[in-house]
Amino acid sequence: MTGKRGLIMGLANDRSLAWGIAQQLAAQGAELAFSYQGEALEKRVRPLAEQLGSDFLLDCDVSDMAELDKSFETLAARWPTIDFVVHAIGFSDKNELRGGYIDTSLENFLMTMNISAYSFVAVARRARAMMPNGGSLVTLSYYGAEKVIPHYNVMGVAKAALEASVKYLAMDLGPENIRVNAISAGPIKTLAASGIGDFRYILKWNELNSPLRRNVTIDDVGGAGLYLCSDLASGVTGEIHHVDAGYNVIGMKAEDAPDIALQ
Amino acid sequence: MSETADRVKKIVVEHLGVEAEKVTEDASFIDDLGADSLDIVELVMAFEEEFGVEIPDDAAEKISTVKDAITFIDANKG
Repeated sequence: MTGKRGLIMGLANDRSLAWGIAQQLAAQGAELAFSYQGEALEKRVRPLAEQLGSDFLLDCDVSDMAELDKSFETLAARWPTIDFVVHAIGFSDKNELRGGYIDTSLENFLMTMNISAYSFVAVARRARAMMPNGGSLVTLSYYGAEKVIPHYNVMGVAKAALEASVKYLAMDLGPENIRVNAISAGPIKTLAASGIGDFRYILKWNELNSPLRRNVTIDDVGGAGLYLCSDLASGVTGEIHHVDAGYNVIGMKAEDAPDIALQ
Repeated sequence: MSETADRVKKIVVEHLGVEAEKVTEDASFIDDLGADSLDIVELVMAFEEEFGVEIPDDAAEKISTVKDAITFIDANKG
């Protein structure tokens, strides 16, 4: 990745999937810029960026189109072109990430779709202008987009929209050699996941029932992120790449897994 | 001082970057140690990892001082 530059959006702390990807990109020589939203996240992102030799931080609220324009202008002022963007952004009211989907409010539905799905479209449009020689856009999804996962609710619907957006964007940007892919990561205990109801149960279930009989780590996700951002994946676009210890292929509980119930 | 208290205080010092003397049992994470709401979530995750306990949301919401954390962990660790 030497000589390549890209933007990492949505890093929160050293448990973040974005951190797993950023570390591996930096280890292969990529130069990174980081966007964060607000002071509380800036103080977390800055020391991590420094660890990877970056002082390039952008404050960016992806739900505000004018601010997004400004952030990309700031990015372009220092780096006229970029090679990749990692979009690791999602948000929903945690009170609606428990219980039933049927109780989703209109307000939270729209906000969740806006920040978790539309923001990728908005970012793709602005990144395209900075990728005259092609590039790679990677976003992060979860199996709850495809199948019903307890409590994932409106976030699952937003991730479904995000995954469909990956395919449409891949078609739009393919002629410019800009590849668009998603990593559907297995459950990992991140700051974002702490908002999801009964998350420990989901983790345990995946650990016991996935083909690899374990949960994935941010290093697993980082390796896949590096691959998708790099030329190794030059023929790959529109793909929802599962990094989930194989969980998405199973049809029922593993015979050797114990029966577990909520504590 | 209990072993739990030592380990809790060590995590708090490391995570919040505060001086060890400030991390008394009565210290409030937010009011005295400058933690924000994300710090609280991160601390709870760090405690869970260190002690192998589960701290559900409703319990986490009641943990506001160092002592609250120590008490919960002592009562629930395996």
